[in-house]
Amino acid sequence: MSEFAALVRRDLNLAFRQGGDWANVAAFFALAVILFPFGVGPEPELLSRISAGVLWVAALLAALLSLERLFQSDWEDGSLEALVLMPLPLELQVLAKCLAHWLATGLPLTLIAPLLALVLHFDTAGMGALVLAMLLGTPVLSLIGSVGAALTLGARRGGVLLSLLMLPLYIPVLIFGVAASEAAAMGFTPRPHLLLLAALLAGSLALAPWAAASALRQAME
Amino acid sequence: MPRFANPSQFMKLSSYLMPVCGVAAAGFIGVGLYLALFVAPPDYQQGEAVRIMYVHVPSAWMASLVYALVATGSAVGLIWRHPLAHIAAEQAAPLGAGFTLICLVSGSLWGEPMWGTWWVWDARLTSVLVLFFLYLGFIALDNAFDDQERGTRAAAILAIVGVVNLPIIKFSVDWWNTLHQKASVFRMGGPTIAPSLLWPLLVMAVGFLFFFSALLMLRMRSALMHARLRALTFGNP
Repeated sequence: MSEFAALVRRDLNLAFRQGGDWANVAAFFALAVILFPFGVGPEPELLSRISAGVLWVAALLAALLSLERLFQSDWEDGSLEALVLMPLPLELQVLAKCLAHWLATGLPLTLIAPLLALVLHFDTAGMGALVLAMLLGTPVLSLIGSVGAALTLGARRGGVLLSLLMLPLYIPVLIFGVAASEAAAMGFTPRPHLLLLAALLAGSLALAPWAAASALRQAME
Repeated sequence: MPRFANPSQFMKLSSYLMPVCGVAAAGFIGVGLYLALFVAPPDYQQGEAVRIMYVHVPSAWMASLVYALVATGSAVGLIWRHPLAHIAAEQAAPLGAGFTLICLVSGSLWGEPMWGTWWVWDARLTSVLVLFFLYLGFIALDNAFDDQERGTRAAAILAIVGVVNLPIIKFSVDWWNTLHQKASVFRMGGPTIAPSLLWPLLVMAVGFLFFFSALLMLRMRSALMHARLRALTFGNP
């Protein structure tokens, strides 16, 4: 377990010390959301109607933006080959990397989402559900994304390819995340949607590391 | 199964099977088109436009069937290192994407006169669209590497991940649709289909299946020949 913690710490140190990946992601998220009122007009009713969808789509694209780097830099400088030799199973290493990735991107997104929700006139009654849904949904984005990031290692035009691979797989998170936030904002219970998001998290927590680890092994061959 | 793993065995077998499938496809599609366009009665509500169904529905069936085949081929290729299975999956994917596109386009052409719109964000349409993107992802990943072997195996893993995800996506899209769609634009079920409409449909479906088999064998044969040609010209890598 100490190896797991060491790997998380290493990735977090790298993320926070070199160039602020997390700041880029958060800034992209904020900018994408702020562009919407310019695009659709400043009417509060309209903005409040689309706010949950805009927040989730922007969060999804922001998470996608940082995915490419999940394994890329380790793969390029060769440290991935050293990591594979660690006694810690590759599946757990993927999990550690996902955890670090989520702490560096998903968590900041979740924390600034309520601020951006206010700007979009999102109903404050739904704020708790929005944050909870983001807490459950953003780790799924990191986990599913790790499969795509491992599959596209060394590919030509990896970034565009990664979006093409990942966006269809992200649709369920988007649907249930928006549904939970909107349900709470309209005064319904967000519970079923949150439970489904939790199910997605449990499923991807169990399955995604296997797929990502086998993809990494392919990449190292 | 190991017997068919041998490419030269496959070449021999498919050289007989491919023309048979091709002729059968031409026969079934020919008869099916005749039945669909001239024999089957027009629908009492939809009129002549219902005949689009005879292309639309078989291609929708093929779209999902071919994805299942791509995923099975990928899994067999990864587990037993079966070279023909990978080739089958790779060569089937563009055909499946083609069927999916035919399904989307014919559905759109059918939707315009019937529902008055080219596109509805209906659950079924949306999941076919997602399926189309999964196909595109598979093809793109397969071609994204300088080392073809790596592309093949990466795409195979993606196909399996996609198969796990397809039911989840389908379910969530159904859920999403029932949440958002206020009034149903059209009704999906209606009266069960009459035998006079069903028979041409089944004949067309069998024809599509033969057509796909013939094309798949053609593509696999040319892929194998291409690989042999490369090995002869550049030396075995």
